[in-house]
Amino acid sequence: MIRVTLDSQNDADEWREMARLLCSHGIEPADVSWAAPGAMVDDLFGGETPPAEPGPRKLSVPKAFPDLLKRAICHSDPARFSLLYRLLWRLQKEPRLLSNPADTDTIELNGLIKSVSRDCHKMKAFVRFRDIGMEGARERFAAWFEPDHYIVELTAPFFMRRFASMDWAIYTPRRSVAWDGKQLVFGPGATRDSVPAEDAVEDQWKAYYVSIFNPARVKVNAMTSEMPKKYWKNLPEAALIPDLIAGAQARVTAMQAAGPSMPNPQTDKWREKRALEEETGLPPMEALNRQLAKCRDCPIGECATQVVKGEGPLDARLMIIGEQPGDQEDLRGRPFVGPAGQLLDKALDEAGIDRQQAYVTNAVKHFKYSMRGKRRQHQRPTADEIRRCRDWVRREVEIVQPQLILLLGATAAYSLLDTRKPMRDLRQSLWGYDAAQVAITVHPSYLLRLPEAEQAPAYEAFVEDLSRIPRLLDGLPPLSQKAKLSLPV
Amino acid sequence: MAAQTIIDKLKILADAAKYDASCASSGSSKRNSLQSGGIGSTEGMGICHAYAPDGRCISLLKILMTNFCIYDCSYCINRVSSNVERARFTPQEIVRLTLDFYKRNYIEGLFLSSGVIRNADYTMEQMIEVVRTLREEHLFQGYIHLKTIPNADPILRLEAAKFADRVSINIELPKDQSIDRFAPEKSGTEIRSAMAHMRTHLDDEADKAKTARRRKVKAASPAGQSTQMIVGADAASDGDILKTSSSLYAGYGLRRVYYSAYSPIPDTSLHLPPLKTPLIREHRLYQADWLMRFYGFEIEEIAGPDRPMLDLDIDPKLAWALTARDRFPVDINRADRETLLRVPGLGVKAVNRIIAARRHGRLRYADLSRLVQSVRKIAPFIVTGDWTPGGMLDAVDLRQRLAPAPEQLSLI
Repeated sequence: MIRVTLDSQNDADEWREMARLLCSHGIEPADVSWAAPGAMVDDLFGGETPPAEPGPRKLSVPKAFPDLLKRAICHSDPARFSLLYRLLWRLQKEPRLLSNPADTDTIELNGLIKSVSRDCHKMKAFVRFRDIGMEGARERFAAWFEPDHYIVELTAPFFMRRFASMDWAIYTPRRSVAWDGKQLVFGPGATRDSVPAEDAVEDQWKAYYVSIFNPARVKVNAMTSEMPKKYWKNLPEAALIPDLIAGAQARVTAMQAAGPSMPNPQTDKWREKRALEEETGLPPMEALNRQLAKCRDCPIGECATQVVKGEGPLDARLMIIGEQPGDQEDLRGRPFVGPAGQLLDKALDEAGIDRQQAYVTNAVKHFKYSMRGKRRQHQRPTADEIRRCRDWVRREVEIVQPQLILLLGATAAYSLLDTRKPMRDLRQSLWGYDAAQVAITVHPSYLLRLPEAEQAPAYEAFVEDLSRIPRLLDGLPPLSQKAKLSLPV
Repeated sequence: MAAQTIIDKLKILADAAKYDASCASSGSSKRNSLQSGGIGSTEGMGICHAYAPDGRCISLLKILMTNFCIYDCSYCINRVSSNVERARFTPQEIVRLTLDFYKRNYIEGLFLSSGVIRNADYTMEQMIEVVRTLREEHLFQGYIHLKTIPNADPILRLEAAKFADRVSINIELPKDQSIDRFAPEKSGTEIRSAMAHMRTHLDDEADKAKTARRRKVKAASPAGQSTQMIVGADAASDGDILKTSSSLYAGYGLRRVYYSAYSPIPDTSLHLPPLKTPLIREHRLYQADWLMRFYGFEIEEIAGPDRPMLDLDIDPKLAWALTARDRFPVDINRADRETLLRVPGLGVKAVNRIIAARRHGRLRYADLSRLVQSVRKIAPFIVTGDWTPGGMLDAVDLRQRLAPAPEQLSLI
């Protein structure tokens, strides 16, 4: 039996040197006994000392091992050194050992690491600094904490990164660490009285803790599973817990007994003010859009983000009406800004139409979709939904009074003209609505859905249709003579 | 009336903030004071610095800037018509409190919300002043969550996103009609539009940050947006609620939808139900939400039109499995990840362990005790080389055998 006594509780390098030496001589795990500093040495079997020089055996470990070692060795379990050696030994023959979560040694290693990680995490959470006065321009703080494992070295860099601009020290029973803005200095363990008994801000913190607690939903187990009682003695707020729990029921009962209260007198003042704001007259399109935003005549309004209003000059000669907003239009609240919109912009450009001069809107005002997994999948509006939305677009026409209306797609044609004729008939001729002439062509999203080979000719025909628009507008009287219907304001 | 001290204000404004469920401080970009100067760090993982006896974690200083409010939302303790005591912090006071708490390691950062004073824009500007001071004058690197105000000028909300790790807007209630009824100054479409606007902005900014050659361009709100809805104040079913949240996740790329079981508040309004919603309903909704986001479940499988309410006694995955017994038993040694994830009692971690372990050899029944939390729970739904559930799976009393013993979850 070889006896190894280590100088440090958690020095991975020291352990690794020693383990490498033993393993290179082929010394089996059963023949080594490991002891940390200060451990009682049982000399019943007498201990041999380890060999001085490396042995002939070449060693290798998976890449992940050094990092796992660094954490596992911080556990306070005295058996960790021999477990790590057993793992090192086995890894020489079973290099994939660590990736098997059903192996008992791997499970044990993972268990050590998990509890070290948890301890580190709790240290980061539950250290409470107290102000110990300024030194020069630097604020100074100190904390007392009692971790389960040898984790001061593991967690100190976290505090350094977080509190770089202040001086601080953390004292624990086994180790201490201090930061002065330049370096971390580790020292021996300390006692609770290394840190002052109070801090002026603690009363504010306690007041906060009391006030953020909701007595109507007491869940003590949920608290103690994450903040076990062993930590309470070093948490200033924990002293308040028993009273908070004891008083919770009475507070809830009192709340319920008090019942609803009369509105505070301030309320009416605000109500009047708001009512006044709403009564002010609005321009017709503004008024229309406000009503439109509230429209729930069909169920799609509630699912959509927002109504997509028409946009463009209110005295436009040309009005373009599409089908319905898509995903991007719904998110951005503007018509024709998604892929179909980009295609339309390109085609308008080629046809010599300035989109800025046109009033652009849709036959149906809300995006309709169904959930496809985690995505919103566009759905076509039903005839009923188109009919229910028809009045809005017709009122837009009334307000804008365009001379020419361009309908994109069958939905727009059905909405405005109430026709179900096939597109090849519709796009042939010129139609009329109210005082306006109406031209019809396909919707740009139709082009995007075509098989790739058919896209180019279809796009050409689309641009060809659009090219008629400037010619038609040329044949109509210019804007100044556009007959304006007087609208009630 | 004597002037309020900081502690007086803190009591009022923390009390007013406790109905916001979120305490997350995770998922933001990595940064620290060693590199940037100033104080603070965010390293990806959130830290809960304390827990209150309500089981909720305290990660952030969660306060209102003020609880004065010109809105009249029935469910809210701060509504204009409530008789609650009012207070208001100055931006400087909030900055000071945040830094004092942070330096003592009480918190990860600040969660700032506010009642609406004067108007939405003025309120937003005051809140932005707080976070701007923290970030620019104190180089504060800690976490900041800002609750934005839906009808504030969009430009202001984007300004807020520049400084905050996370921004949120509460959807408040699962259905638009309920919002109209209980929160007359707000509207569902206004709230959704604000979320959509933020989403498109964050997407655009993230694209910019990605394509920027040097990483000078900082992505706005790296921890994204979240929202909260109150459960049980209106008659919406669990199916309605889940439908709303799945469209919020899909439409606006939300990181989280928080559910908050309606509980009586002091100075309650006449318009609200007098009873509190069982906390277990909130819990089941979170489970269902998880199943839809991480386990590949569709809403119809969990809370379809035929059973719109989640079972309060058993978790939604088990409830689904009991009605889909023809899809079991599942072979632990052969089934793919998706199928394993559907076994009641197997979480993502257990599935990962099973998949890793079976690469080392066929798993027997006894191996499972080292890989999963409870073999007893999964036993009826699985087969291994040496185990089949036999008649267990079809037994009429399977539900009784797996349902947890009835337990008093709340006192009232």
